[in-house]
Formats: sequence, structure tokens, C-alpha cells
Amino acid sequence: MSSIVIQKISKSFGVTSVLKDLSLTIKDGEFVSLLGPSGCGKSTLLRLIAGLDVAEQGSIVVGQHDVTRLPPKARDLAMVFQSYALYPHLSVYDNIAVPLRMRRLNAWQRLPGVRLFSRVQQKIEREIRQDILEVAATLGIQALLPRKPAQLSGGQRQRVALGRAMVRKPEAFLMDEPLSNLDAKLRVHMRSELSQLHRTLGATFLYVTHDQAEALTMSDRIAVMMEGAILQYDTPDEIYRNPSDLRVAEFVGSPRINMLQGWVCEGRLEVSETARKQLENSYLDLSVEAPHGLGVVVAFRSEQCSLVSAGQSALQGVVTHLENLGSETLVHVRTKQAKDPIIVRIAAQAPRVQLGSLVGVSLAMLPLVFSEHGPRLSAKTGWQDALQTASALAFEAA
Amino acid sequence: MKTLDPIAVKQITKVNWAPFYLLGPAALLMAMFLLGPLLAVLGLSFTDYQLGAKSLNWIGFENFIELYHDKNFWRSLRNTALYSVVVVPTSVLLGLGVALLIEAQKSFKDFYRTIFFLPVMATLIAMAISWQFILHPSFGFLNLLLKEFGLQGHNWLRTEGLALWVLAAIGIWNQFGFNMVLFLAGLVSIPRHLYDAAAMDGASTALERFRLVTWPLLGPVTLFVVVITAIRSFQVFDTVAILTKGGPSKSTEVLLYTMYAEGFEFFKSGYASAVTIVFLVIVLALTLIKTRYLEKRVHYV
Repeated sequence: MSSIVIQKISKSFGVTSVLKDLSLTIKDGEFVSLLGPSGCGKSTLLRLIAGLDVAEQGSIVVGQHDVTRLPPKARDLAMVFQSYALYPHLSVYDNIAVPLRMRRLNAWQRLPGVRLFSRVQQKIEREIRQDILEVAATLGIQALLPRKPAQLSGGQRQRVALGRAMVRKPEAFLMDEPLSNLDAKLRVHMRSELSQLHRTLGATFLYVTHDQAEALTMSDRIAVMMEGAILQYDTPDEIYRNPSDLRVAEFVGSPRINMLQGWVCEGRLEVSETARKQLENSYLDLSVEAPHGLGVVVAFRSEQCSLVSAGQSALQGVVTHLENLGSETLVHVRTKQAKDPIIVRIAAQAPRVQLGSLVGVSLAMLPLVFSEHGPRLSAKTGWQDALQTASALAFEAA
Repeated sequence: MKTLDPIAVKQITKVNWAPFYLLGPAALLMAMFLLGPLLAVLGLSFTDYQLGAKSLNWIGFENFIELYHDKNFWRSLRNTALYSVVVVPTSVLLGLGVALLIEAQKSFKDFYRTIFFLPVMATLIAMAISWQFILHPSFGFLNLLLKEFGLQGHNWLRTEGLALWVLAAIGIWNQFGFNMVLFLAGLVSIPRHLYDAAAMDGASTALERFRLVTWPLLGPVTLFVVVITAIRSFQVFDTVAILTKGGPSKSTEVLLYTMYAEGFEFFKSGYASAVTIVFLVIVLALTLIKTRYLEKRVHYV
């Protein structure tokens, strides 16, 4: 079990630069997710750590060892692949045995038939058998050992792939979207199993995913990656509540965070769809420390706002769509201030809203304010009395 | 009790002829050019028919008994087997080796693929004539080349004990390009991530990767290649007919050439048919081994 320290690493394929000066520190025993859209370089980073690709610059340190130039075999890391990558011609037992045999037996002892006359080989094979049975028991796959991968379901293959990674007791586990080939129900189940496994093993996990639910539910910390750089590296709570960049706020959270276009007018926030144009009563009572004229994005989550009657808020519009999720309903409201419909989350037992009806949207707490270029801006309510924040945040009524 | 709907009953009992119409042309051609001749050969092998003769007699298994006692037939069978034993493993291994080399490098892939595949596309008869010139004892390119290096040339195609090996070499040259293309296709279809998994599991050398991933996953392709090459080797005829005519002193006489000589030089059609039947049984056996026995072992289902 080891920490992983990545410093100023760069990688490009031909002329396209995939990773630029990226640094990341994973503590011993930590569960870290690399979260980002496809093509953001997260899998490349994982492959660099594994040693399957070589970085052009920078260093990777696992535990006490600088492994930057070492081949995968010498790094003692295990990887679980998206496609499981089980050897189709080997039984489950032999699949799990491969990493042990490759390390404990030499080339001669691995030749077929050697077990007939080599005592040493027999002894090592017995030890390997012990280790495999132990791992199989942990994962509950004893009954599958004689089968071939083609005879297994997706979830079973996933377990076997995990077993093959675990059996060697590696320094750290690298996982490349291991759950994305499973069906939705099994994925949710495996999430809790992986968390459980992480707690039991106490090992370092580095988990690549584009699924924010996986990252949020399992990780100790999440590194949100975009375009080859880490935008924010923090706990799931902080990533969700306190995103440091507009792209993080947009990517994390379902449904997508609500966004209003606005601009800074002498330290105060103006909200308008057509930028820079001062609309009557279109301001939120927020002061922003930013130069006059800067375009901003005001963002708030669907659970941070509520429906009010149309007259009570300037942020009002027509209900265009209702998503009934059983436990709650997502109400889509098309307003003149926002490009996309604003989504408001209401409890299932809340009074029904009719499609096409005119409603107002009121903010229950301070929204997040970002520069249109991405970085977060600090904003505070113009009213001094904190108790009145909530009402102050309602758009001035017309 | 339910009464049967007369319209439904009619629909059930009415035969849909469309598939049979569509199968018709292909089935007819198969019957005319494959099954018909096959049955004719089978029938002829039990007669004493001679090419051009007005009549024939049913002689039962006499042709086969004669074959059994015919030293020439056994010799030709032995030559064919020897030829195949040389050509099959060599051209399969060579095809695999070249495919691995081509796949391993980045540039000139298409170039090498094309030149190695050329012999397969070329007409073997035309190529055989080229080989005849190359191997000519006095002005052949090969002997002239050897002479340049101070080596003694040979009369390659007229030396007993050498001619069959020369034919086998030409057979390998002709066949391995085809095997190479099949192996290349097989190599491309091996998932990349298995090599990644192998690297993580500790396979660090090319040989270890080959043993752990490439070779087992090429199993189905290898089986197909071996059977196809074996069948094609048993069918060797063009080069023999053009370069040696079975000589010298029948040392390159192969099964199909015996059949041709008996049937079209000595006009013993009945006897030649019996040789053909033996040949067909061998080819059929190879195919059966492939479908019945080996496929289960190399397809990982």
C-alpha cells in the first residue's frame, strides 16, 4: 500500500497535447477518482501511472520509488480494465493465477508439463492455489473457478477481473471505468461493493470514470479533469457545493446546474439574457468583486431554488416539462433570463404544477457566481442583515 | 370445442415456395458442377471405363484392389504426404512469423504485405514457368548466382531426391503469403487491452506476450490456416505438371498427377476415378477433423 505522487507530467500524441504539466498527490489508502468527460486525458494519466505509456516530462513516485522510467512489471500496480481484459482461453482460476505465475515462476517452470517432475514448481503452485482460493472466497467466486470467461455474466467477469488485480496484493489499484459495461442496477450494487472492498483492503485506489455518481459515491477525493488539466481536486462534498470553476459546476451534479447569464455593473450583478443590456429589475441583489462590464454566470442547483407564484419573483416563466422521478419531480421552467430551462426540484408531495402555467423561481440560498471564462468569483449579498438573505435573493418583483 | 378458422388452416397448410425458388439457381449449379461429377466419379471408380470407350463393365472393387497393390500409387501417396509434411508447417510458421514482423513495425506495412501476397495472386502455372527459367541447369538465374559465389549448381528439377524438395520450396513460396494475410487479420482482431493486461500481469518480453496472449488467441486462425494449407498441399498439381511431370523416375509423382496421368495419358478413367476417390476421402477426413474435433478446443466458448 503506497501513496502516488505525480509531478508536472506531460504527454502528447503527435501534435495533440493530452496532458499539460499535471500534478496530483494520492495519499496512502485513499480512494481517488479521476472524473471528466471522455477525451479529457484521464485514461491517459492512468496508463502513464501504470507504465503502459511513457510520459514525456515529469515524474511518478509510488511509495518511495520513482517509477517514471520503469516497465509496468516493476511498478507493482494492478489495473482493472473497462472491458475486464480476461484471457478468453484460460479458466477463471488460471486467469487469476497469471500475475502470480508470471512473478513467482521462472520461464522454465512456466513451460507446460514441468509440474510433472519439478518439486519446486509444485510447491509454488500450491502456494498460488492458496492465494487464489483466498481471493475467490473474498469475492464469492469459488464456484466460478473452473469456468471460462465466456460462460460468465458481466458482473461475474468484473469480479474475476478484480480478483486478478487483488491476488498479487499490489501497492495500489488502478481502475479504468470498471463499471461502465454493467447494467444500471448492477452498477449501483457494485459501487457499494467496491467501497466495501476499499475499506477491507485499505489499499490505495485510483478510479477513472466519466460517471459523476460513481465518483461522488465512492471517493475520498475527486480530481475533476478537463482538457488535460485538473480543475479541482477536493472531497465530493466540496466539489458539489463549492466548485471552483464553472466547468466543474456544469459537469458535476444531476440534473445540470441552472445557469443565468449576467454581467457586472459597478460591483453589482445584472442578470440578462442579452448581455450588457440593463433590464429593468433584472438584478440580483449581490455585490461582486469584479471589474465593471465582466460577463458572469450565476449558477444554482435545482434543490437550491423553489417555485413561487409568478408575481413574487422577476425570475419567472412557463413550465415546459415535468420529470416525475417518483420521490421528487423536476420542473423545467423556461425563463427569459436563462438560455436553458431552469430546473426546479420539488418534493413528490408538493402541490402539482400544470404544464404551461406561469410560475416564479426563488433562490433559497446564495448562488455561485463565475466569470464567463470559468473561475469562481466571490459574491455576497448586498443586504447587511444575514437573516434576510433568503428573501433578498428573490428577484425584485416587477 | 373451438372451431378451426378455415382461412388460418389454409395459411398453415399452404407451402411458401419463395425460398425454394430463390435457392433454385445455386442448388442447380451445385448439382451440375459439384454433386453430379462427384457421383459420376464415384460410379466410374467401380467400372473399367476407358476414356472414349463405347462401353463399360461393372468391376466392383477391382480398381481399389489394383490400387492397393500398385507400387506407383503408394509412391505417389508417400510423395504427396512428404510434400505436405514439409509445406504445411513451414508455410504456416513462415506466414505467422512474417505476419508478426509486419504487424510489429510501423512503416512499409502495405508494401511488405503486397510483395508477400503477390505469389498468391499470380497464376501458379505462369509462375511455374518463371521458376523453370530460374532453375534451368545451364542458364538459370539460381545456378548463375551460385556460380558467382563459387558454389556448384544443380540440375534442380532432374535430380532424384532433390526435385521434390524444390517443388516443396516453390509450394511454400506460393502458399505462405496467403497464410500471412490470414494471420494478419487474426492479429488485428486480438483486443489491444489484453496486451495491456498482460503487461500489468508481468509479461515483459515479446516471447511472454506471445505465449500468454497472441498464440492462444490465434488458435482459431491457426487451425483454419493449417487445414486450408493441408488441403491445398494435397492438391499440388500445377508445378508438378509443368516442371517435372512426376519425374525423375517418378520421384515427384503426386496423387493428383497420378490421377491425371492415369486418366488423360493412359485413358484409364475408371482407375483414375478410384485415385480421385482416395484423394477426396483424405480431404474430407481433414475437413472432418477440423469441424468435429479441433474447433471445440480452440474456440473459447
